[in-house]
Amino acid sequence: MKTFQELKKLAKNIPDKLPAIRLAVLGDSATQLLCTALKGMAAERGYRLDIWEADFNQIELQILNPESEYSRFDPDFTIVFHATAKLLQQYDSLMPGEKACLAQKRMELIRTIAESAKGKLIYFDYPEINDNIFGSYGLRLENSFIFQLRKLNYMLCEFASKHPGFYICGISDIQNRLGRRNTFDANIYISTEMVLGINSLPYIASRAVDIIAAAKGKFRKCIILDLDNTLWGGIVGDDGWEGIQIGHGLGIGKAFSEFQSWIKKLKERGIILAVCSKNNESTAMEAFEKNPEMILRPDDFAMFVANWNNKADNIRHIQHTLNIGFDSMVFIDDNPFERDIVRQNIPDICVPEMPEDPAEYVDFLSALNLFETTSYSSEDAARNSQYRSEALRSSAQQQFTNEDDFLKSLQMKATTEEFNPFNTPRVAQLTQRSNQFNLRTVRYNEDDIRAIAGNRDRFATFAFSLNDKYGDNGLISVVILEKKDSETLFIDTWLMSCRVLKRGMERYVTNEIVRYAAENGFKRIIGEYIPSAKNKMVEEHYPSLGFSPYNMEPCKYVLYTGDFSPLENHIS
Amino acid sequence: MDNNTIIAKLQEIFRDVLDNDDIILDRNTSAADIDEWDSLANVQLIIEIESEFGIRFTSAEIPSWQNIGDITDCIAKKI
Repeated sequence: MKTFQELKKLAKNIPDKLPAIRLAVLGDSATQLLCTALKGMAAERGYRLDIWEADFNQIELQILNPESEYSRFDPDFTIVFHATAKLLQQYDSLMPGEKACLAQKRMELIRTIAESAKGKLIYFDYPEINDNIFGSYGLRLENSFIFQLRKLNYMLCEFASKHPGFYICGISDIQNRLGRRNTFDANIYISTEMVLGINSLPYIASRAVDIIAAAKGKFRKCIILDLDNTLWGGIVGDDGWEGIQIGHGLGIGKAFSEFQSWIKKLKERGIILAVCSKNNESTAMEAFEKNPEMILRPDDFAMFVANWNNKADNIRHIQHTLNIGFDSMVFIDDNPFERDIVRQNIPDICVPEMPEDPAEYVDFLSALNLFETTSYSSEDAARNSQYRSEALRSSAQQQFTNEDDFLKSLQMKATTEEFNPFNTPRVAQLTQRSNQFNLRTVRYNEDDIRAIAGNRDRFATFAFSLNDKYGDNGLISVVILEKKDSETLFIDTWLMSCRVLKRGMERYVTNEIVRYAAENGFKRIIGEYIPSAKNKMVEEHYPSLGFSPYNMEPCKYVLYTGDFSPLENHIS
Repeated sequence: MDNNTIIAKLQEIFRDVLDNDDIILDRNTSAADIDEWDSLANVQLIIEIESEFGIRFTSAEIPSWQNIGDITDCIAKKI
């Protein structure tokens, strides 16, 4: 982790070319150094934060007043930091009979703040302080501070689970890991108003920037794993599938079992797993198939690359097949030499400097918070098998010389739905995650999507799913049409998951939206391409589907429904 | 450790934290003499000094300092 001093230097020299994000920071204790750390950490991750910082202790005054400086600043993100120390002061000042209402009262305030906050709200949870007035007995006493504090942290989780634009930043986890002595400087707190220890600020800033980056569509999707001494102890080629350390029998097998369990949970959450190992494929596979202690199974991996090529080349192959960015991948290897080769050849990939002792793997990796997200839908769990089918498709494709024959062989079937309560989380997630095949890159949260779906006078919505003989790809494309007038539709959003590229899906979608337009009396459909750092692949999207330039405006295109004949494709 | 060694170490810390290599400290230097030495930087200086010398200042000591001489004496007492 960078030190505060390093972040401060980064914050001073932020390159102009970095994309800017407007962030408001409000706290009931001093936040200046936190802001410095946030700026530096964001610069480190490729963002320039334009921060508006509230004067000390002005949270409600600024957020609840529509005419305030805060409201005029109109931030993309708002960070609100209520310190536990201040909550404790409030608790101390309450009459004994009121103390049991502390959490409730604070939650009402948070609710009010959340209703008026601009942009996405990032709220810090409460690291524990225990005044131990009642000793451990306080844990069963509703009017003790610790009881109220834990209740409040729980109420925050509950509230967040129902409010998609409200993100909790888990800084109590940081205090748990670093210890109170490293997250709070009592001597500094007495003479200033700072409750966060300087040495903890880089960690706290990092957690907050994790959320901002994830909300901006930058997060990790895939973990690539070495095998020998990473997923098990020993060398399977030498020790045999029965001689490697895994499970509760041999050597330090327990450490690897716990690591595999952690990886398995990532997979179940929707992180794609891949193997990249220097081994004979059959020897490596045998370990998974035959060793009964193995927690991960062969079909947990979307790709299994075991050979003697260099790992950088193998990772390029994995990246190419899965078709996701290097910056969304994490590579885990116990061998410092392999880590360096990969780092040097693939600068964007994340390669954690693993601890020497496998017993520390899980603690070390979980502290890094590598897999932040701002959404989760039940479809995520199926992601691995979808990528796995994709890898199978791609090897099938190599047997066809003719693209059309290949597409026909897939027996693709698409379904079209409007946005509804069931697909809303996935639709919102796609608007946040899709970078490459995304014409205007407008990000929506679940509340936004519900509002759009509810406004039928203004919007028509489409959610497309695709399946084929290799499996269900799930919901993979989203279109939002805005009714500009009785004759004109504007394509507010058109995006598609990259796992169904080159399948003719965009042609199918075009047919569907033109059919909708024609059936509802619209004469023209206007599309726009807004270039981003990542969406160059769709620069020629509209011309390639038969749209023509619109009004000489760059990047705007029009299609007249009267002139349209359906585009050929192999999707039914 | 004699006082001059302490001041030399302090000078290094000040130069690094305040990002100014021209800073020269002596016993009489005070916050009024160094532009960058404001209350925020002071917090950071305290933490860096504590970690460099492996000591902890008390909350009463921190506001009592008038100049580098006071800080130096305070450190000398603790090491």
